[in-house]
Amino acid sequence: MAAIPKAKDLVIDYALPKTPWWDTPAVFRPGYFAYPGKAKNVTAVGMPNPREWSPLDDDWKLPHNWKEIILDGLRERLDKFRTLKLFMDICVRCGACADKCHFYIGSGDPKNMPVLRAELLRSVYRKDFTLAGKIMGKMAGARELTEDVLKEWFMYFFQCTECRRCSLFCPYGIDTAEITIIGRELLNLLGLNIDWIMGPVANCYHNGNHLGIQPHAFKDMIEFFVDEIEAVNGVRINPTFNRKGAEILFITPSGDVFADPGTYTLMGYLMLFHELDLDYTWSTYASEGGNFGFFTSHEMMKRLNSKMYAEAKRLGVKWILGGECGHMWRVINQYMDTMTGPADFLEEPVSPITGTKFENAKSTKMVHLVEFTADLIKNNKLKLDPSRNDHLRVTYHDSCNPSRGMGFFEEPRYVLHNVCNNFFEMPAGTTREQTFCCGAGSGLNTDEIMELRMRGGLPRANAVKWTQEKHDVNMLSCICAIDRAVLTPLMDYWVPGVGVTGIHELVGNALVMEGETERTTDLRGEPLAGMEEAENEDL
Amino acid sequence: MGMEFSLIIVLALVAAAFAGVKLAGMTYFFGVVLPYVAIFTFLGGFIIRVLQWAKSPVPFRIPTTAGQQMSFPWIKQSKLDNPTTTLQTIGRMALEVLAFRSLFRNSKLELREGPKVSYRLEIWLWLAALAFHYSFLIIFIRHFRFFLEPVPALLHGIERADGFLQVGLPGLYLTDLLFVVAVTYLFVRRIIIPQMKYISLPADYFPLFVLLGMGISGILMRYFIKVDITKVKELAINLVTFHPKVPEGIGVIFYIHLLLVCVLFAYFPFSKLMHLGGVFLSPTRNLPNDNRIKRHVNPWNYPVKTHTYAEYEDHFREKMIEAGLPVDKE
Repeated sequence: MAAIPKAKDLVIDYALPKTPWWDTPAVFRPGYFAYPGKAKNVTAVGMPNPREWSPLDDDWKLPHNWKEIILDGLRERLDKFRTLKLFMDICVRCGACADKCHFYIGSGDPKNMPVLRAELLRSVYRKDFTLAGKIMGKMAGARELTEDVLKEWFMYFFQCTECRRCSLFCPYGIDTAEITIIGRELLNLLGLNIDWIMGPVANCYHNGNHLGIQPHAFKDMIEFFVDEIEAVNGVRINPTFNRKGAEILFITPSGDVFADPGTYTLMGYLMLFHELDLDYTWSTYASEGGNFGFFTSHEMMKRLNSKMYAEAKRLGVKWILGGECGHMWRVINQYMDTMTGPADFLEEPVSPITGTKFENAKSTKMVHLVEFTADLIKNNKLKLDPSRNDHLRVTYHDSCNPSRGMGFFEEPRYVLHNVCNNFFEMPAGTTREQTFCCGAGSGLNTDEIMELRMRGGLPRANAVKWTQEKHDVNMLSCICAIDRAVLTPLMDYWVPGVGVTGIHELVGNALVMEGETERTTDLRGEPLAGMEEAENEDL
Repeated sequence: MGMEFSLIIVLALVAAAFAGVKLAGMTYFFGVVLPYVAIFTFLGGFIIRVLQWAKSPVPFRIPTTAGQQMSFPWIKQSKLDNPTTTLQTIGRMALEVLAFRSLFRNSKLELREGPKVSYRLEIWLWLAALAFHYSFLIIFIRHFRFFLEPVPALLHGIERADGFLQVGLPGLYLTDLLFVVAVTYLFVRRIIIPQMKYISLPADYFPLFVLLGMGISGILMRYFIKVDITKVKELAINLVTFHPKVPEGIGVIFYIHLLLVCVLFAYFPFSKLMHLGGVFLSPTRNLPNDNRIKRHVNPWNYPVKTHTYAEYEDHFREKMIEAGLPVDKE
């Protein structure tokens, strides 16, 4: 892993190369590319061209007819996706998107301007699919597809987190995420992918979740958190697994099961459901809310996503409740019903506690946990003591996918305002629909590209720093598992002293449970405000 | 390089019109043949392009949501930035097409020591884009006076409003001025902002030069190098009534203007200018965000290979039983 300069020494240079972009080949250097997909992971899901290779090698071990594969693949996708066809044709290069990309802001590399990222593909499209490009060549912005171009694609389609911030500013709604998604799909036809995506995909396909947690271990891990909760407040929780006939199937990203600080969020889920006496079950088969297949191809996304409805059907539940996760919710909101629906074996979701009908989920039959909780609070069904979060000064990061792929802004804020007393917004222009990416979404949350992640995360971190300086904020909340995993090192790098939490961790802290003992610490074992003394005595 | 190339082509076009009319007397070619070719290329090309786009389906409903979703009755939805109904979506599109809503959000990045990132409002691109498109539209409409006899009252009204400054004789049209200023701005920002220059292609400069040429030749013709306007109108009416006959003695500046207009029309369907049609078809804007409410159908959706629960259980059955997890087959 390449060493990263200290935050204060990180140089961001907006100087442009002397050569035009189409004559500036991509140079692979450590810290800026993710390790390629291992043959065993590619094989595990039957995707093309499994082999061991490295972007640093000259020979990428491509099939001999690689060019034909790409051009045929592009033709097929132009016929399948109006988005692609339109976005290839109508960009006027007005530049409104250029400085909206966190990777451009943090790296200064002009090919991270969304407009140029798309031009990498557009130039090839013009050459082979437009009359002007065929006749006029370079003058029409057309470019021959060569191995160098392919390498450039690999570099820059894996330096885009599909956050869609640029698409918000585009006067024609050109969505770079769509271009990156299809670009990666083309690269995958040649086996050009990264292991941080292919590993989770293979794991998820066979074991049910990205982390490859096997069923018995999954149960063990959740039960470990049951013990942890008991240690905090004396309440014993009994979650069930793969239980047929439960009313609700609960699915959350496996990151919440696996690593801090997501695990505390998971404890919050468990406590909430217990307190409500909710008739729900976990599944070890559909034990992944996230979908790294989304970062390889539409087909792989569907192959992984199919488990959710399949498991809901097998268990005979009425509807599905989904945990805090970003791209998971983009997939559920904008793809799932279309790909794997109709979910006619489920019922239109109704909260068993409040009787509220979730009108906005009546076709997918899948409800966001934060919606569910907001409704509970609105109907006074939860006893909350927000002062238990008084040791925290909280801000909120709108995760990209629920923001620009759903419009999920008020529900989390409503919950936050009810579970903590010290809540502060980041500056306008960096929140809600204009939120900045964590810098590591779309499968780029791997450590070998840490410098790139720190650069991409700069705009987000900078806004957090503003709240730290102005309001003494020490906790960054979010509703995305990748965020919880990657914002932690990002904060350590740019804004030391700020922790990261899911919203349901804060709910878990504030939730007054029946039969609980007096709490002296939060779910992390940190003393509550005013309890520092008591903690010290215990020690 | 792209800029020079485009400029040379536009200058060559001007020279061709000048030489063709002045030296070779090809008024019929420039006054009749080219306009017909251009307009039919435009109409045919535009329609074909839109149909080509429409032929590709929209497999997924992926609007960019720019405001609060439809949720509970007690949470206010941003109906125009995150629509769920057709009417709301039409509203969003209207804002987009008529007021350039997305571009209005534009901001400008500033990176200071620290590093400290900040943003300030950047309204000039939006303003210039609006000024350009609307002045162009009004100028376009004003030109209908050449094709219609008698000139409708509405056109007179537009002309009066446009010329309200009452400067000079003939009266200066505000839109003439705005058009040239806006196009010049759009050109200048392309060459003075280094990033803009870096991303610009010949296809970005070319239409700007054509537009500028159209504007300048038009202004010259109206205010300075006057041409016989009644003869121009005669030609225009001949063209629209399909009795193509070119009146004698129309000044060469007219043919230069006309050639540039024809070039723009003919070039249109093959270029980025098709954003005019494309913006209406953009799936991230023209669809409601109602996927969880109403099923969107993908016409090419196909079955995929999945790892079924049965396969999963077969693989893990012993471990599951040992861990006390329920299984379908003992």
